[in-house]
Amino acid sequence: MFYREAGDFSSTYAEDQQTFPIRFDRYRYYVVLFIAIVVVPFIINDYWANSLLVPFLIYAIAAIGLNILVGYCGQVSLGTGGFMAVGAYACYKLMTAMPEVSMFIHVILAGVITAAVGVLFGLPSLRIKGFYLAVATLAAQFFLVWLFNRVPWFYNYSASGQINAPERDTFGILITGPNTEAWATYLFCLIFTIASAVVARNLTRGASGRKWMAIRDMDIAAEIIGVNPLRAKLTAFAVSSFFIGISGALFFAIYLGAVEVGEAFGITKSFLVLFMIIIGGLGSIFGSFAGAAFLVLLPVVLKVVGVDWLGWPTDIVAHLQLVIVGGLIIVFLIAEPHGIAQLWRVAKEKLRLWPFPH
Amino acid sequence: MLDQTVTADGRTIGGVVMEMKNITLRFGGVEAIKNISFDIREGEIRAIIGPNGAGKSSMLNVISGFYIPQEGEVWYKGSRRPPMKPYQVAQQGIARTFQNIALFEGMSVLDNVMTGRLTHMKTGLFAQSLWKGKAEAEEIANREVAEKIIDFLEIQAIRKTPVARLPYGLKKRVELARALAAEPSILLLDEPMAGMNVEEKEDMSRFVLDVNDEFGTTIALIEHDMGVVMDLSDRVVVMDYGKKIGDGTPDEVRNNQDVIDAYLGVAHD
Repeated sequence: MFYREAGDFSSTYAEDQQTFPIRFDRYRYYVVLFIAIVVVPFIINDYWANSLLVPFLIYAIAAIGLNILVGYCGQVSLGTGGFMAVGAYACYKLMTAMPEVSMFIHVILAGVITAAVGVLFGLPSLRIKGFYLAVATLAAQFFLVWLFNRVPWFYNYSASGQINAPERDTFGILITGPNTEAWATYLFCLIFTIASAVVARNLTRGASGRKWMAIRDMDIAAEIIGVNPLRAKLTAFAVSSFFIGISGALFFAIYLGAVEVGEAFGITKSFLVLFMIIIGGLGSIFGSFAGAAFLVLLPVVLKVVGVDWLGWPTDIVAHLQLVIVGGLIIVFLIAEPHGIAQLWRVAKEKLRLWPFPH
Repeated sequence: MLDQTVTADGRTIGGVVMEMKNITLRFGGVEAIKNISFDIREGEIRAIIGPNGAGKSSMLNVISGFYIPQEGEVWYKGSRRPPMKPYQVAQQGIARTFQNIALFEGMSVLDNVMTGRLTHMKTGLFAQSLWKGKAEAEEIANREVAEKIIDFLEIQAIRKTPVARLPYGLKKRVELARALAAEPSILLLDEPMAGMNVEEKEDMSRFVLDVNDEFGTTIALIEHDMGVVMDLSDRVVVMDYGKKIGDGTPDEVRNNQDVIDAYLGVAHD
C-alpha cells in the first residue's frame, strides 16, 4: 500500500541504473535531503549539533570509507583510527601553514594526503589476506599514532603535544574554533557527507565497484576476467582512505577542536567505525549511515534514559553501553551479517505486498 | 595461416590463432604435461579429452596464464606470448569458465555478466565518481552488450537475482554469459556440462554451438561426455598421463588404437 513499485517501469538502461529506480524511494530521498539542507539549519541548536548531528555526519563519512574497503573490496582494516589521524594532522598542518585558504580545500587535501598514506599501507594486501591483513593494518594504526605523538613537527612543537584548530572561515562564515554557529558547522559537514555518499555510490555501482566486489567474492575469478588485483585493491585503499581522511579532518577541526592523538584516534576508534559497518551493513552505503546513526545515538539515548530518567550512576550507564554494543555485534554477526541495511531491505520486501500478502 | 576450410555444416575455419609448442609443466617432481604441442584454429571448436588426471585442466590453466610452463612456447595470434598474469591474458581476449563454478556469489546475475565487460571499460576513477557523462555513457554502452548476451542465453528473467540463489545449471549458464560478455577471441570451457542431466546438457550443447556459429568465437573445451565431444567438436586432442596420444577429427580419434587403449584399458602381459 505505502510502498509499491507496480506501474514503475524503466524504459531505458539509464533509468534502470539510477540509484533509486523506484519512484517512492526517490521521493523519500528528496524529502530527506530537503529537510536536512533547508529545514534543519534553521532549527538546530548547539546541543543537537554537537552531541548528535555533527558526529553522525562525520562518522557516516568514515563508515562509508571503511565500507568501501571492507564491505565492497573485502579487505579487512583495523587502521581506521590511524588514517583518521592522518587526515586530522594533515588538515592541521595545512590550516596553520596556509591560513588564508578556504577550509573546503584543506579538508579535501587532507583526504588526498590520507589516500596516499592508505595506498602505502595497502601494499601488503597483495600478498596477505584476511586476518593477516587485519594485523598489518593494526600495525599501521599503532605506527601512525606513535608517529604523531613522537614527531613534534606534526603538532607544531606545541608544549602540550595537542593540536588545536585555529579559527578559520569559508566564504566569510566561521567554521572552526570556539565561536562557531551550530548551523554553519552542521552545513559544512553535511556538504561533505552528501558528496561522499554520492561519490561512493557512483563508484560502487559502476566499473570500480564491480572490480572491488569481484575481488571480494572470488579473487581468482576476478583475475581471470581481467581485473588487475593489485590495482583494484590499491584503488579501494585509496578511495577508502580518502573518505576516512576527510572524516578525520572534520572530526578534529569541526567536532573536537583540540585533539590528543592517542585518545581521539586510538584503536577504539578503529573498532567503533568497524562496528558501525558491521551493525549497519557491509557492502551498503545506506548501511554506513544506519550504523553511524545507531552508534552515535545509542550513548545519547542510554544517557537520557539511564541517567536522566532512571537516575542510575553515569559509570554504570557507560559500561552498559559497552555491553549492549558487544552483544549487538554478536547478534548481528550470527543472525544478520548484512546488518540493518538487510533488515531494511527485508522490511521493504514485506511492505511491497502489505497488507495483502497473497 | 592461409588455409581456410569449410566444414560440412558450412562454418568457415580460419588459420591458426593459438599454438602450443612443446609445453612441459612440472609441479616439483611431477610432470603434469609432457612435451605437448597442438594448435587451435580460428572459429573451430577444439576439444581436449582424456581420463582423470591426464592434465587437461592444467593445459587450460597454461593457456589462461595460471601456470607458466617450464618449457615450451605459447603462440597467440602470430607472435610468441611472454609469460604473463591471468588478467593480462584476459585483456588479450581469452575468456574462460571453471570446472567448479567461479561466480561472484554476492552479486546479481547482471552484475556478474557486467564484470565480463570490465576489460572494455576504460573510464577513470574521477569520471566514475561523477557518473553523469562519460561513466554513464560507457556503462550504458556496455550494458547493451551484456543484455545481448543475457538475451542470447535466455537468462533475462533472473537478471536481478543474486547468483547465490540460483540452481547449478543456471549458474553454469551465467558463468558462460560472463565469459561471453568479454567478447573473447578464444573461449575456454572447463567441463561446461559436468554434473548436468541430459536435458541441461542438450541446452548447453546448443548454446556452445550457437556461440560458435553466431559470434564466430573460437572455443576450446574440456569434456568427459564422449557423445557431446564427438558431436560438438571439429578436432579433438586426447591426453593421457600428461602426454598427447591423439589429435584429429572425432572420427580419427575414435579409431585411434592408443585412445581406445587409454579409455578401455589394455591387457598387460
